[in-house]
Amino acid sequence: MLKMQHISKVFRTDLVATHALRDFCLEVAEGEFISVTGPSGSGKTTFLNIAGLLETFDQGQYFLDDEDISHLSDNARSRLRNEKIGFIFQSFNLIPDLNLFDNVDVPLRYRKMPASERKQRIETSLETVCLASRSKHLPSQLSGGQQQRVAIARALAGQPRFLLADEPTGNLDSAMAASVLDLLKEINAAGTTIIMVTHDPVLAEQTDRQIYVRDGQISNIASTGQLAEARLVSGA
Amino acid sequence: MISYYMKLALLSLKRNPLLSGLMVLAIGLGVGACMTIITVNYLMSADPIPQKSDQLFYVQVDSWDPHESRDERNLPPDQLTWTDATNLMAAKRAYRQAAMASSGGVVEPADADAKPFNASIRLTYQDFFAMFEVPFLYGSPWSAEDDANERQVVVLSKAMNDKIFGGSDSTGQTLRITGNLFTVAGVLDHWQPVPRFYDLTTGAFNTSEDLFMPLSLKMPLELDSSGNVNCWKEPEEPGFKGFLLSECVNFQMWVELPDAGDKAEYQAFLNNYVNTQKELGRFPRPLNNRLSDVMQWMEIQEVVADDARIMLWLSFMFLAVCLLNTIALLLAKFSAKAPEIGLRRAIGASRKEVFIQHLLEAGSIGLLGGLLGLALALLGLQGVGALYGEFADNLTSLDLPLVLLALLLALIASLLAGLYPTWRACQVNPSQQLKSQ
Repeated sequence: MLKMQHISKVFRTDLVATHALRDFCLEVAEGEFISVTGPSGSGKTTFLNIAGLLETFDQGQYFLDDEDISHLSDNARSRLRNEKIGFIFQSFNLIPDLNLFDNVDVPLRYRKMPASERKQRIETSLETVCLASRSKHLPSQLSGGQQQRVAIARALAGQPRFLLADEPTGNLDSAMAASVLDLLKEINAAGTTIIMVTHDPVLAEQTDRQIYVRDGQISNIASTGQLAEARLVSGA
Repeated sequence: MISYYMKLALLSLKRNPLLSGLMVLAIGLGVGACMTIITVNYLMSADPIPQKSDQLFYVQVDSWDPHESRDERNLPPDQLTWTDATNLMAAKRAYRQAAMASSGGVVEPADADAKPFNASIRLTYQDFFAMFEVPFLYGSPWSAEDDANERQVVVLSKAMNDKIFGGSDSTGQTLRITGNLFTVAGVLDHWQPVPRFYDLTTGAFNTSEDLFMPLSLKMPLELDSSGNVNCWKEPEEPGFKGFLLSECVNFQMWVELPDAGDKAEYQAFLNNYVNTQKELGRFPRPLNNRLSDVMQWMEIQEVVADDARIMLWLSFMFLAVCLLNTIALLLAKFSAKAPEIGLRRAIGASRKEVFIQHLLEAGSIGLLGGLLGLALALLGLQGVGALYGEFADNLTSLDLPLVLLALLLALIASLLAGLYPTWRACQVNPSQQLKSQ
């Protein structure tokens, strides 16, 4: 489903070139739930951005559903993001002026879907995250955990092939984090592939596969010890 | 999608009302200043009789001083002598023709309690009304026989009929003017060409006259001459008749010539007339006869003053300054929206969609600015009216095309101002924005 071959990404300034990813190779099968861990600056977020078509890369090949996306136009990448990928961010990234219904509506608007179908999808998504009754509330009227649930509902509404979650529980207390993880597991069980970047080894251990990234490369399948090391290095 | 973008634009305006208000104010001020000046210029230069302005010609013949041109541009005098006006009228060589002059006199209402008052008078010929398509409320113009037989008939303006006869049909009634009894032939409906093209020598924006009567009455009734009188030599005889027979110019003349052939024939006739007059010892200057249509005549008479043109450019420069301010404010506004733009890009919005959304937001600011600009333009026009008094009364009203122009100007201005900030908004890197949250 997702296949990266020898991906390299270098961030350059006038003074220095930083290799965020080097010779990065990964395959993810449909229906997997993968966690990505590693110390800060290891390249986790860069990997996630490239996987989510938010960043380009300098070398290598990336296939998404067997489609080579290396040379896709910006428009085509936008369309792919909209149709196949759902994003969940650490800080939720809800639009403060829009109520929950309208926040979940945002990706569907760009799909030019009929209003009735959008409405049905939004309601279903909000029901999935148990917030249907608060659809007219503004994000500021919700707790952090509830806001993250709305962000998940927004990602789900587009019925993506896979979800990319960047520290989805980073801003939540442990109870809320557990609840969000349970929700992600349910979504995965329903068939959606999930890649989750996290510093939390406890969360990582609950996924199907754990990937440990260091210096822009996959070190190996992470062990519990490495996860603990990651936690120590990152200070998480 | 357009309605969705409009909803987002309104939400965005509400999110930061101070910044939004400043942008609306900047565009409103620029558009208001522009529209005030554009309106004055537009009304100054408008075609007052578009359906036939290219068929009506102002007649000029060069009867001036042999040693000095009347005008530094070597144009003939802008008026005719009595002799030429009446000769050309008698020749009847145009489809329609009307010589005319400005005059004035005392009106004595029939009601003994009503006080006499001064009224402005246009002395002219019967064709004046058909030629300029003057609307009648009651009655009709006087006849050609009335002109020829010097009959004391009068056509009243609507305002004058309202004043003297309470707005009723006064045709056939008599009225004492300048001590002579006149019969009312007709009453005009409201008629105020802007500019008042038929006599630019006495002010392009003056109101039309209260009374209209045959020019042929000028000599027998010794009706006053008003307006501009210019002479290049002293009258040879004293008195009223001496003035009329002099080389002093005080009369205007218009002819209606339906096609180019008619115009060429009339031009030839004018040249022939002047050559005949030369044989009589008049017209010492070289042939310099002109027929100018309405718009040409307004251009020659510089109806749109140079300072009005300069003000127009200044107002556009002011609008440009306002737009620069709007650009800066839009940049600030869209920069603050970078996280939202990043999010929208991440979850599927293309650059084009972000561009349209933000350009529409700029456009909605422009439309609000346009409405404010219209209100400010109305205030500005009232200011112009207060400053210049009656002269500007006919130049200070906004009509539908001007209202639409104001909104269009505001829309175009705001879209132009929005282009660069919108382009910048489209360059937002979603991964950078989402990382910085």
